[in-house]
Amino acid sequence: MFKKILIANRGEIARRIIRTCKRLNIQTVAVYSEADKDSLFVREADEAYEIGKPPVALSYLNIDKIIETAKKANAEAIHPGYGLLSENPNFAKRCEEEGIVFIGPKPDVIAAMGSKLEARIKMKEAGVPIIEGVNVVIESVEEALKEAEQIGYPLMLKASSGGGGIGMQRIHNQEELAKAFEGNKKRAQSYFGDGTMYIEKYIENPHHVEVQILADAHGNVVPLFERECSIQRRNQKVIEEAPSPTISDATREKMLEAAVRAAKYIGYTNAGTFEFLVDDKENFYFLEMNTRLQVEHPVTEEITGIDLVEQQIRIAQGLPLEIARESLKINGHAIEARIYAEDPVTFYPSPGVIGSLQLPEGEGVRNDCAVESGAQVTPFYDPMIGKLIVHGKTREEAVKRLVEALKLYKVEGIKTNIPMLLKIASHEQFIKGNITTSFVERYYLPEVQVTK
Amino acid sequence: MMSTIVKANMAGTVWKIVVSEGEQVEAGQDVVILESMKMEIPIVAETSGTVKKIFVQEGDFINLDDDIIEIE
Repeated sequence: MFKKILIANRGEIARRIIRTCKRLNIQTVAVYSEADKDSLFVREADEAYEIGKPPVALSYLNIDKIIETAKKANAEAIHPGYGLLSENPNFAKRCEEEGIVFIGPKPDVIAAMGSKLEARIKMKEAGVPIIEGVNVVIESVEEALKEAEQIGYPLMLKASSGGGGIGMQRIHNQEELAKAFEGNKKRAQSYFGDGTMYIEKYIENPHHVEVQILADAHGNVVPLFERECSIQRRNQKVIEEAPSPTISDATREKMLEAAVRAAKYIGYTNAGTFEFLVDDKENFYFLEMNTRLQVEHPVTEEITGIDLVEQQIRIAQGLPLEIARESLKINGHAIEARIYAEDPVTFYPSPGVIGSLQLPEGEGVRNDCAVESGAQVTPFYDPMIGKLIVHGKTREEAVKRLVEALKLYKVEGIKTNIPMLLKIASHEQFIKGNITTSFVERYYLPEVQVTK
Repeated sequence: MMSTIVKANMAGTVWKIVVSEGEQVEAGQDVVILESMKMEIPIVAETSGTVKKIFVQEGDFINLDDDIIEIE
């Protein structure tokens, strides 16, 4: 095993990685910005180094500084967590060149999957269904309009390097497309440094279902079932669960198979996730691949009993997977709710000082939380302050535990989305498992906007 | 002439200034886009009038209640 790992991340995921490393007797090195100096993860790591000013470009995205720190601390490997540098092929490559193990896939695979357009082409080659659309770069409004004639409206205009819903827009007609194209291209250029655009057919009322895989360096690929992530706001996930309550066993089997085939085709290694859109007839289409650990990985851990961070570390060391696909069984049901420091109606962030924090406890309740009483939620980073994960023998039991735990979750001093999570978790449509990506728009917002 | 100061409703970085000094603005119009916690937050003019002064620059970090622009 590695003796020491540097964690190039912050918040709850840094703590999550430290937890597994402690269990495996691996020393941890935290890096942190000025704004995070009092954070829990800094205290919990065996060593911690301040690497710069609060804005991510000056700290958590500073590749030179992070590499220099890893060398100074004698860390053999770097775990990038999610977000930040986790899907940056240049960072993975730099680690490789400096003789530090990057806990993730190879740089060229990250690069290929980082381009949504290239990923589409690769998936098509692998025989994985993709959404009807164009597989070439659309340079101008004129080209977009021409291609749109072929595909038909409504459609999705997307940025090839996009993420978090930025640069992406649902388009209903020619006028909208003409109006939206340049703006989205510009936003993609300024956010991701790449204004490459493409278009896809719009799938009506889809579910977002993703398959978690583990792949070792010896050609073994094991799927760890799926996660349903349809409850979203601002195109970002809020509640995720495993297994998906919306697909049949036959569909699940087909999706797992597609993910394994795709992972083998692209030569994937480490933990990865294939995201799919599933329509009302259970047709599924590749959406994108995330070449890293995901925020919602705990629900998979809860139903499989597998520590994904431990597996990532093992794989990075070149060890073969010791998990046989045949031996895997879905154990009960798990749900994760993301706790955001934000207004529960407008979804605008709410930075500030947390006066007091009380986490729920109980059977089947897990907290992956970044903060504590007295912590400052700064405006520099993502507003997610923690994750509540519940596990039950059945979905019904898990939903019940989620509602009970949310009622016990107390955060004072800042606004959080807990009232929203409670409303959703108690909603009859959610309880029935009737969830699509438009759930928040359709069932949640009308309720709160009327009572406001 | 009455003048009003548009203040920041939260801390963040000035991502874009969408008006310029001397420009006519309507109440409810976006004047500055703030970036906070990876999200764009539009700051709107509460009153109609002329932009008299802009106190911030793109890229500046501002705190809650900091002055952003003056409308006359």
